[in-house]
Amino acid sequence: MTQFLDISGLCARIDADGQEKEILKGVDLSIPPGEVHAIMGPNGSGKSTLSYVLAGREDYEVTAGSVTFQGQDLLGMEPEERAAAGLFLAFQSPIELPGVNNANFLRTAVNAVRRARGQDELDAVAFLKTARAAAKDLSMAPDMLKRNVNVGFSGGEKKRNEVLQMTLLEPSFAILDETDSGLDVDALRIVAEGVNRLRSPSFSALVITHHQRLLDYLVPDRIHVMAQGRIIHSGGPELAQQIDREGYTRFLAEAAAA
Amino acid sequence: MSAITQDRSGTLAPFGARLDGLTDSVRKAAIGALHKSGLPDRRVEEWRYTSLRFLAETPLAAPADIYDVAQVQAQLENLGLSTGPLADLPRLVFVNGRYAEAFSVPPADVEVSFFAKTQTFGTLSCPDRDPLTALNAALATDGAQLHVPAGKKAGHVLLVSLGQTDASVSFHPRHSVTLEEGAELTLISIQAGQGRYLHNPVLEISVAAQANLRHVTLQAEGQDAACLATTYAQVAERGTYDSFVLGLGGALSRQEIHARLAAPFAIVHVNGAQMLGSRQIGDVTSVITHAAPDCTSRQTVRNVLDGHARGVFQGKVYVDRVAQKTDGYQMNQALLLSENAEIDAKPELEIYADDVKCSHGATVGALDEDQLFYLRSRGVPDAEARQILIHAFLDEALGLIEDETARTLCTQMLARSFPVAGENA
Repeated sequence: MTQFLDISGLCARIDADGQEKEILKGVDLSIPPGEVHAIMGPNGSGKSTLSYVLAGREDYEVTAGSVTFQGQDLLGMEPEERAAAGLFLAFQSPIELPGVNNANFLRTAVNAVRRARGQDELDAVAFLKTARAAAKDLSMAPDMLKRNVNVGFSGGEKKRNEVLQMTLLEPSFAILDETDSGLDVDALRIVAEGVNRLRSPSFSALVITHHQRLLDYLVPDRIHVMAQGRIIHSGGPELAQQIDREGYTRFLAEAAAA
Repeated sequence: MSAITQDRSGTLAPFGARLDGLTDSVRKAAIGALHKSGLPDRRVEEWRYTSLRFLAETPLAAPADIYDVAQVQAQLENLGLSTGPLADLPRLVFVNGRYAEAFSVPPADVEVSFFAKTQTFGTLSCPDRDPLTALNAALATDGAQLHVPAGKKAGHVLLVSLGQTDASVSFHPRHSVTLEEGAELTLISIQAGQGRYLHNPVLEISVAAQANLRHVTLQAEGQDAACLATTYAQVAERGTYDSFVLGLGGALSRQEIHARLAAPFAIVHVNGAQMLGSRQIGDVTSVITHAAPDCTSRQTVRNVLDGHARGVFQGKVYVDRVAQKTDGYQMNQALLLSENAEIDAKPELEIYADDVKCSHGATVGALDEDQLFYLRSRGVPDAEARQILIHAFLDEALGLIEDETARTLCTQMLARSFPVAGENA
């Protein structure tokens, strides 16, 4: 128990075309304050499901286990309450919102969490100043604030927009679900720097990735291997290179033997 | 013999003796047509989705000549016509179908006369075919007749209709708008009121060559009212009729338009949006006739339906044999916010020319769960997230209003009626 984020025995299923499918089968994971952890694992191991369940997506049904976030029962909270409490999910496939202006969207979100956190709302001028500076740090084109949310954005622009939202919402815990997928090396570095800027004793992150490359820029404190709905192995940052060299076969075999 | 005994359908009973003893030939012909058809019921194809049973429930008297001045002032204020950008525009205000001079500011660049004085019916309407138009012809007492001379750029005119009654009444304004060659006008029609009434206007529009009429209608009738409006528009060579209807009010509303592209390169836009809740019924019916080659028509209608509301879209595009190179587009989209809301969409293409580009479609759906979750995961509360998505859906339609003043009015009125939406969400 870390008293920050503690996931214990978490099981969840989804109703897929009328058939219930068990995806998380007893996830145990603790992340202390101020640490960045990574989850790696083969496709279909439940990594994205874990991120959605933590963020509160309703189409997953939690069947067992618990998640405590800063002393609160996370699973009992609405998605917006989780955001206000400091949780942020950077989507693997960010959603397009036609007809919704990006700057308005960002300001609405920022002021919603500020309200919920008992902070003063930002007026339009103050907000735009902050948002422009944050967008510039992420090398985003200035017009991206004026466009509709993610509509017509390239894959890389969408991911940067996720990191922009994360920066402005000031979470204490961020989940980055394959934020590196579809990024070229330069974009990868910019995104990683964006996350690194937030690193502090009061910020933790869970980075879901397939590639060791992101972890070169965003060095994690711990790496967990996930397979078949469970964490089957945990280690230090050196685990990334090992997985890159050897794949998951050995961990899968060990888990099967255990 | 009284009108009632001749009314074989029984549907004219609410109008009682008001249909008796009319002598004018147009009115007599209209009553003859009405007696033959009665008011339509749902066995009539054009009225299959919209019942007029609402009208049968109580007698609909002629409105009293007097009205409460303070109430009219309050209504105008409520519509944003007392202060702000709309307050300075020329306006023609009708209360219970009668011209209210005290509240009106006639436009400088438009010749205005009134049906009450001229008693002239236009030639575009079809009382023989359309029973509500026949009813209007029989009972019309007043209406604005606007004439914009050739080449005149006449700016804005507001045409305001207010219903204000304690009794159940009906009024049947007879309006017309004529733009001579190269003339321009932006007409903003506002339909509002309180009490139980039937507002049954007929509007005849004639757009001459190279003239341009922008026409935005805000239907914000009282919640116990019925608004059955029929517009007939004819557009000549290279003329444009660009219309938009925003439907928010009324227990029952139908905005029916018959637009005829009569000469080459004419353009007609019949766009709209409606947001309805509780048990409101809102019907958008259009017949666009391409009677000449090289014309363009556009129709995009978006519906947001909550509670037990029902939206009806009937859109027919008729392309005559001579109307080659027709470019037609028609789309109806509906967002259903409750399981009890309903949309009936009937898009129709009838094409007799062989070299045309025509497309149409209809979509219906609920709010997108992925979009909703995305917003909520950013801290936006559920109710606010829903409103953002509904706004976004309608904003894309409102963006079709070219005139900024009219668009701002519609955006504001839409925002104000939002608390209604979301019930039973």
